[in-house]
Amino acid sequence: MMTKSLQQLGDSLREIFTDKLMSVDESFGEVTAEVNAENLIEVATALRDNENLAFQQLVDLCGVDYSQYGQVEWQTNNASRSGFSRGVDTDTGATMGRLQFGDDLESVASEGRRFAAVYHLISYRHNHRMRLRVFAADDDFPVVPTVTEVWRVADWYEREAFDLFGILFSGHPDLRRILTDYGFVGHPFRKDFPLIGHVEMRYDPEKGRVVYEPVSIEPRVLVPRVKREDHRYLSDEQSDEAGLVEAKKNA
Amino acid sequence: MPEIKNYTLNFGPQHPAAHGVLRLVLEMDGEVIVRADPHIGLLHRGTEKLAETKPYNQTIGYMDRLDYVSMMCNEHGYVMAIEKLLGVEVPERAQYIRVMFDEITRILNHLMWIGTHALDVGAMTMFLYAFREREDLMDLYEAVSGARMHATYYRPGGVARDLPDSMPQYQESRWRSKKEADRLNENRQGSLLDFTEDFTNRFPGYIDEYETLLTDNRIWKQRTVGIGVVTEERAYQLGFTGPMLRGSGVEWDLRKKQPYEVYDRMDFDIPVGTEGDCYDRYLVRIEEMRQSNRIIKQCIAWLRENPGLVMTDNHKVAPPRREEIKADMEGLIHHFKLFTEGYTLPEGEAYAAIEHPKGEFGVYLVSDGANKPYRVKVRAPGFAHLSAMNEMASGHMLADVVAIIGTQDIVFGEIDR
Repeated sequence: MMTKSLQQLGDSLREIFTDKLMSVDESFGEVTAEVNAENLIEVATALRDNENLAFQQLVDLCGVDYSQYGQVEWQTNNASRSGFSRGVDTDTGATMGRLQFGDDLESVASEGRRFAAVYHLISYRHNHRMRLRVFAADDDFPVVPTVTEVWRVADWYEREAFDLFGILFSGHPDLRRILTDYGFVGHPFRKDFPLIGHVEMRYDPEKGRVVYEPVSIEPRVLVPRVKREDHRYLSDEQSDEAGLVEAKKNA
Repeated sequence: MPEIKNYTLNFGPQHPAAHGVLRLVLEMDGEVIVRADPHIGLLHRGTEKLAETKPYNQTIGYMDRLDYVSMMCNEHGYVMAIEKLLGVEVPERAQYIRVMFDEITRILNHLMWIGTHALDVGAMTMFLYAFREREDLMDLYEAVSGARMHATYYRPGGVARDLPDSMPQYQESRWRSKKEADRLNENRQGSLLDFTEDFTNRFPGYIDEYETLLTDNRIWKQRTVGIGVVTEERAYQLGFTGPMLRGSGVEWDLRKKQPYEVYDRMDFDIPVGTEGDCYDRYLVRIEEMRQSNRIIKQCIAWLRENPGLVMTDNHKVAPPRREEIKADMEGLIHHFKLFTEGYTLPEGEAYAAIEHPKGEFGVYLVSDGANKPYRVKVRAPGFAHLSAMNEMASGHMLADVVAIIGTQDIVFGEIDR
């Protein structure tokens, strides 16, 4: 039921928006479309108002920082002359999750592909969902137009994405921080923001007030980030195992 | 004539009716709200960022602590997103167990909601009644997972263990006589399913008790009828889901419309409101508890008849049994790999949504092919609901703000994440 309408939805998106959408993709049972920031408002309004699409509600909006996409801490698929690498090499510089105060992290995303806002839409009339992705053109000053005029609920979601990722939503009525503390500096969900944070806070009895100091704790990540292709066994695992049992019986 | 001007009132963050750490900055004109500006984030723990530095399974425990009154439903959303990317099959028995515990969790959540909501509005007794029943349901959590709240029971590929054959018993102590302990243990003699069935037989009577106290109560109606009215059109715009959306007259329930697990085999109804006020949402949630009770009964009947696996036997995802680890080399390797490094997900992204007691709880998972998520975004229903506070409260009296917080079923664990 869902797969058929999935294809239909993808096709009608291609038909209606033609070149306004940069790509439409239907993997993992979900439709994902990508749109330029300039066309966002036009596309969003059409998605809401078109009779065949009728995406009445914005279910979710979030920021994503693609600056470390695909980076691993431990190369597991290439052997050197001395054999496979035996673990995380910390000499080559800090990696995501192990950043310390003052460490820098190079972005591996190409210019204009670092910050994205991802919108999840739902249509109650047609019972279908889709995902819309918008990349901010400038990595140092990411700006995306606001969709609060199209879906009112975007208000807080955009404030959250601004707070956590520093994505600016132009035209937003009240773009304040929402989740972090009053007077917080930085955007904590960016990949170059250390997991342990920059500052810690305590009450200083001598000064009689709360003071901020650089963090004293060490980053502690127990499991290295690795890529293995284990999931390739998943789809035909059952049949494979059955085959093995058969083979054993025969032998 | 004295000069009258608006003034600002600070409500919370430490206020008994704020349901946690909500700070509301209210601009008042006399006793009427002109503008309500919720300040949130006082419970922000960066769950999503923490998840990025841990193997997938280690984050399940964090999910319990999001909406800490409906723990297993949070886990469900998260493991469903993983399963969607992995494409792993969940055994049928595990699906029934999940549905049963989702509904137990829904009752747990709604009991907490009705207790606190009524307490805020001025009915003390409800709180005591609701917690009496919550105790039994927490015992179910304890029996199945060892923890009364933060269960970490759902795992990708199934659930952690099968339903136990015995319930934990009350012990005689300095504070509890032998007679009292025996009375409490009376319906705990059988298996978990026996105890659950006993509960489902008692529970409709309890709901009647709640309704006797509230449904036609004059004070309750004065405080909830016509308060915080949201039309269908506004409900879409404000991002309402779950009981909040149904209260505004939209017949929508993910369990029916986009069924997951075995909900398509369950027989139950969706209650829908007509007015979209606090009273309608109250009626919707009360009826949801009755429907959950029905679903639990159906699950019990099926689970009694059909023993079987509760976890996938695919050891790339789920650990092998202890005997296999001891006897089989491959089992040992699987076990070692799973508990040191975890499994990796194929590159891609998925959004899995479930009908959480509060609304649509979704988990958006981005994987770059590693053993840890690249990005996890939790779509918490309460976040959207609370953002509608300004619109719902404007023009109402100060005391109605409390009723609106209650009807939104606010829990800060999920809003601040």
